Amino acid sequence: MAFKLDSKIPAGALAEKWSNHKAAIKVVSPANKRKLDIIVVGTGLGGASAAASLGEMGYNVKVFCIQDSPRRAHSIAAQGGINAAKNYQNDNDSVYRLFYDTIKGGDYRAREANVYRLAEVSNAIIDQCVAQGVPFAREYGGLLANRSFGGAQVSRTFYARGQTGQQLLLGAYAALNKEIANGSVKCYTRHEMLDVVVENGEACGIIARNLVTGKLERFGAHAVVIASGGYGNVFFLSTNAMASNGSAAFQCYRKGAGFANPCFTQIHPTCIPIHGTQQSKLTLMSESLRNDGRIWVPKKMEDVEALRAGKIQPSQIAEEDRDYYLERRYPAFGNLVPRDVASRAAKERCDAGYGVNETGLAVFLDFKTAIERLGKDVIKARYGNLFDMYKEITDVSPYEQPMQIFPAVHYTMGGIWVDYNLMTTIPGLYAIGEANFSDHGANRLGASALMQGLADGYFVLPYTIGDYLSAKIQAPKVDTTTKAFDEAEKGVQEKIEKLFAIKGKQSVDDIHKRLGHIMWDNVGMARTKESLEKAIVEIQALRKEFWSDLKLVGTADSFNVELEKALRLADFLELGELMARDALQREESCGGHFRSEHQTEEGEALRHDDKFAYAAVWEYKGMDEAPEMTKEALDYEFTHRAQRNYKN
Amino acid sequence: MSNFLCNSSIGKKLVMSISGCFLVLFLLFHMSMNIAALFSAEAYNAICGFLGANWYAVAGTLVLVAGVFVHFAYALWLTIQNRKARGQQRYAVTVTEKGVSWASKNMLVLGVIIIGGLAIHLIHFWSNMMLVELMGEHSVVIAGVEYAPTDGAGLIAFTFSKWYNVLIYVVWLAALWFHLSHGAWSMIQTVGWANDKWYPRLKCLSTLVATLICGGFALVVIFFYIKSLGCC
Amino acid sequence: MNFKLKIWRQKDAKSKGEFKTYEVTNIASDTSFLEMMDILNNDLVHKGEEPVAFDHDCREGICGMCSMHINGHAHGPETAVTTCQLYMRKFKDGETITIEPWRSAAFPVIKDLVVDRSAYDKILQAGGFISVRTGSVVDANCIPISNADAEESMDAAACVGCGACAATCKNGSAMLFVAARVSSLAKLPQGRVEGARRAKAMVAKMDELGFGNCTNTGACQAECPKSISITHIARLNREFLAAKLKD
Repeated sequence: MAFKLDSKIPAGALAEKWSNHKAAIKVVSPANKRKLDIIVVGTGLGGASAAASLGEMGYNVKVFCIQDSPRRAHSIAAQGGINAAKNYQNDNDSVYRLFYDTIKGGDYRAREANVYRLAEVSNAIIDQCVAQGVPFAREYGGLLANRSFGGAQVSRTFYARGQTGQQLLLGAYAALNKEIANGSVKCYTRHEMLDVVVENGEACGIIARNLVTGKLERFGAHAVVIASGGYGNVFFLSTNAMASNGSAAFQCYRKGAGFANPCFTQIHPTCIPIHGTQQSKLTLMSESLRNDGRIWVPKKMEDVEALRAGKIQPSQIAEEDRDYYLERRYPAFGNLVPRDVASRAAKERCDAGYGVNETGLAVFLDFKTAIERLGKDVIKARYGNLFDMYKEITDVSPYEQPMQIFPAVHYTMGGIWVDYNLMTTIPGLYAIGEANFSDHGANRLGASALMQGLADGYFVLPYTIGDYLSAKIQAPKVDTTTKAFDEAEKGVQEKIEKLFAIKGKQSVDDIHKRLGHIMWDNVGMARTKESLEKAIVEIQALRKEFWSDLKLVGTADSFNVELEKALRLADFLELGELMARDALQREESCGGHFRSEHQTEEGEALRHDDKFAYAAVWEYKGMDEAPEMTKEALDYEFTHRAQRNYKN
Repeated sequence: MSNFLCNSSIGKKLVMSISGCFLVLFLLFHMSMNIAALFSAEAYNAICGFLGANWYAVAGTLVLVAGVFVHFAYALWLTIQNRKARGQQRYAVTVTEKGVSWASKNMLVLGVIIIGGLAIHLIHFWSNMMLVELMGEHSVVIAGVEYAPTDGAGLIAFTFSKWYNVLIYVVWLAALWFHLSHGAWSMIQTVGWANDKWYPRLKCLSTLVATLICGGFALVVIFFYIKSLGCC
Repeated sequence: MNFKLKIWRQKDAKSKGEFKTYEVTNIASDTSFLEMMDILNNDLVHKGEEPVAFDHDCREGICGMCSMHINGHAHGPETAVTTCQLYMRKFKDGETITIEPWRSAAFPVIKDLVVDRSAYDKILQAGGFISVRTGSVVDANCIPISNADAEESMDAAACVGCGACAATCKNGSAMLFVAARVSSLAKLPQGRVEGARRAKAMVAKMDELGFGNCTNTGACQAECPKSISITHIARLNREFLAAKLKD
């Protein structure tokens, strides 16, 4: 049974869609809001802002996070900034320009209406954050400062040093704390959602494991909001936090929610290269560095060899012997091309043999020119904390030698399918932020993830959820002793028992690392039909191994990190296959999805709009069954789909 | 408003700060007074006479006693709370953190040493001076020599001719220096007068105050010891 | 590199804990401290033993989750880094490394090196926010803030809430944490409006939760992974006392 997808995009002119929609949807009166319960899973920018806003409005909110405090969510690690169409720099920015840049950056695989709404509410986010006390960078006149980010020719990124995500999250977390103190929000920390409960076709609660006691607990609500972030950790090595996982989203998929465009993965161009086999995660160096840093590799192979042998330092290579390949290939945007383009360009140079470290998988990000032009103090003020971080990790000072960088998995544009109201294919189940698929198409622009999380949580979901809940005002409190809850809890219980019963030889990390290698080698920056077919077979085999040879220690009824990781890996092992399947069916290149068979003569991504201008929405059919795909056609009424051009 | 001095941590610290400030001011005064003994026994004794069993001096003494009492009682109270807050289980490995003074972590121990020294000091001087007067006596006999209770200079000369007294006082004053070096700055920090610019300045200032007070006292002790040796 | 690790093991909050010694071998010098712990844990799993539970997440020094007391220092001997930013090249080959959980009455141990820091959340819930409703705000540039004030506010806002300050303080005081939030908001005009209420409420909650009294040793700022200055504590004192004297 294929999905009947109704994206509920309002009719009318692009700029009026959101206003018209807001006017048309139902609202819930204050007296009735008090009677309604909402569960929010996740406390990143999306989850925290949504929970706080819904609590303020008068709903009873229960919010869940797996860490010891809502403030730990991985939104906190976003460094560079947040976009908004304020046009404070008088550089001819506008809501339309932000919309257009985002649609184009996403390689025309996002919904026009959603993206326009995102651009429309972006300004309100900045106002909101400033009012909450977010200490954004200021000019000497006391007004807000901006910097530039990839994929844009205007300066529209607001920032708080290299810690913008932290400051925005602390703002949302403060708003959440205010509501927790008010009693409208109840916060469950160290709780992990392990299933969503669906009754009569509607979401009505979750099963969560108390990570301290190991106890499974039931929570009922009139609506459930998933704000659990992305699934980049399927690659084992990524810039995601160690505990970031796709399990909450995956349970929704298992229970019947459509999963859209799972293959759209963002590989971030500026991460610290891998240094050994024992590495646990990759560290991002903010995109903002590309404002002043220039990316290059040597022109001459003998310089590459000398570098690898440690015979010369990169600073000794003469200016004319350096290949600033982004500036060479993309004169208009230069070092500030979008992430997918920058990543592929780095891969192209490394594949050609010009990688600058022993592994051959690194390029330089150099601040020499900027230090000469602006002075060390200015560079220090702009990027000091990032430079210190780099020095701490690599023992090399970026003030003296260029940084070495290489692309790494960073963000997943794909996610749970949602309509214009952010509701999934399961009524009453919503997905916001990175967990959904809607706004970034095939590639996300820098400083847009923060924008989307907060847009969804502060300004979109609080309105749209009322449309659904207005029909629930007479519904009683959800009874958590029903058959649906019994079955969901039993299912989780049995899964945990099954994991303990395997008693095999391999640890969770052993298997996860192998999954990561399969994914990176075959479903990574460049994909082919062969590699994807190979990946599907290998992942299926690895999944069998997991379920027959896993070694799990400890007990189910205690604090058990290994069990947590095993449960997440079980889902990654299915998600990985889904990603490969999605990548296989999408026989074109677009944004972060690059099929080597489909490229222009110059090696750029080649889209096939005639065949693939759709979102691929997958329906779960069982662990070892092939999922079924439904297409949501992406109509471009207001923009002309062109081959992306960052050259001139 | 008033109960915050008893039931909030910063309120209690304010009491420590203000009582401490009062004691610092007293010490400054006492030290200045002692310096007079270096120049003229008569001048010093005149001050002693002025501060004898007069009502204002007695009242002042009582306030001073109250100050010491409050400072010490609050210190004990805070320490008990702090030990509780630290918890039952202690670290197996501890170190002194960078830039943290030894004194700041041992204020109570230093305080106890100071109180001990104070007791000895009171026996040496106060009990032979103001107390004698309060008892209605007009002379006191120490080691076979008769002193008038207002002859502070004589008492000083006698007390600091004994090497062990000198040693006790020097140890006492050293403890006082450490206590003040942290305490004087701390009282300013507690009332909230510091920012990044003033932080190092105030730290320097409080070290100066501690050194001035303890140095002044020590000068008198050592001066009279050397004098008793007949060198000058 | 090889290391001997003396690690605090404790089954759960109620059990009595003890140190156990482990050895790790063949560790590359550019391995991070937590990667070294991963290696140990993977070995333990293969041996059928329970791995060492420790809190960690972002491994970039920003989430504030990691919380180890290493060789007598919160977050280890390096200054201005969290445990996850500590690299094995900073240790001597063959060294014995003692790893303990945060020790503070307000941070009870949950398991091994994992402690309960929910007290910090509770302090912030008491008043660590600006009471502004979503949407009911003015244009961002209507509130000009001097560059210096914004920078100082940001200095304090860099706090990651890891708990190193209270864990280091010999008095178990959370003043640096509370001060960072109060001071950050006090430097902004938006935050001034309810500044008095905030300072009083947060200090009252801090006292209620059993944190100790600040004695201005400065150990917290020395061990703070974000080098937050105790001058923010002075500002908290000022805010609090001014608020109380007005009552």
